[in-house]
Amino acid sequence: MLKNGVLDPQGKAIGHALESLGFEGVGEVRQGKVIELELASSDRNAAEAEIDQMCQRLLANTVIENYTIEIEE
Amino acid sequence: MRSAVIVFPGSNCDRDVAVALERASGVAPSMVWHRETSLPPVDFIVLPGGFSYGDYLRGGAIAARSPVMRDVEAKAKSGVPVLGICNGFQVLTEIGLLPGILMRNAGLKFICRDVHVAVADTGSVFTGSYEKDQVLRIPVAHNEGNYFADEATLDCLEASGRIAFRYTTPDGLVSEAGNPNGSARNIAGIYNEDRTVMGLMPHPERVVDPAHGGTDGAGMFAGLVKALAR
Repeated sequence: MLKNGVLDPQGKAIGHALESLGFEGVGEVRQGKVIELELASSDRNAAEAEIDQMCQRLLANTVIENYTIEIEE
Repeated sequence: MRSAVIVFPGSNCDRDVAVALERASGVAPSMVWHRETSLPPVDFIVLPGGFSYGDYLRGGAIAARSPVMRDVEAKAKSGVPVLGICNGFQVLTEIGLLPGILMRNAGLKFICRDVHVAVADTGSVFTGSYEKDQVLRIPVAHNEGNYFADEATLDCLEASGRIAFRYTTPDGLVSEAGNPNGSARNIAGIYNEDRTVMGLMPHPERVVDPAHGGTDGAGMFAGLVKALAR
């Protein structure tokens, strides 16, 4: 997700489109990406640490993006 | 001047910049494929424009992690000048050789037209042949050219004279009217701390011949050859 304070023109355009469809009461709209990974690891903590590295080094650009990690087994 | 042009799958300005370099230096550059792990000995490296890896994930993100970039980064850190044009600028920010990032254009549209930029600094091998505040007409062609960095980084770039080019109106006014893509402080091009790495969104290689409709980009290549000739 884009960090707070980073202008998100795509989110704004989505907000305007929702408004023109008649949805009222929509405030700020922020958009982002979901990336699904399948990992061989069965160690939850190790997997989380590894994904964190992946986010830092490639999946997110931390100049403008935040990320959160969710693990499903 | 021995130069190398890095070619990624999806690069599309590699030949244009090779022609510009050969015309200026008399020597054809080495075209180096992204899977190579080392570059030949060179005085100058270009990361060309295009859509490397289809702009997957983020513009320049995958290219920045491709095998050849390890040696490009090492050479950049040893002082070999590196120029990133358009997608090449995106690659340089993704690999961390330049601060900030190029975001989606504020108007959400791909922009393909001539813009005006002022030369904000002439103290580098890239800009030494221009006059300070000289206004150039150079084309842009990008969807993600909206330069963003936090305020502290922008202040630092400004204070240390590391903004190389700014978007302007045709008469050289740095204003919102002259800013095509929403870039912070009208930034069109910046240097690293040592002023040996430059990224810019406009395409100087597209204006090096009168048949292009302009020659304002030729000075950059002529200046590089003058500065780096051995």
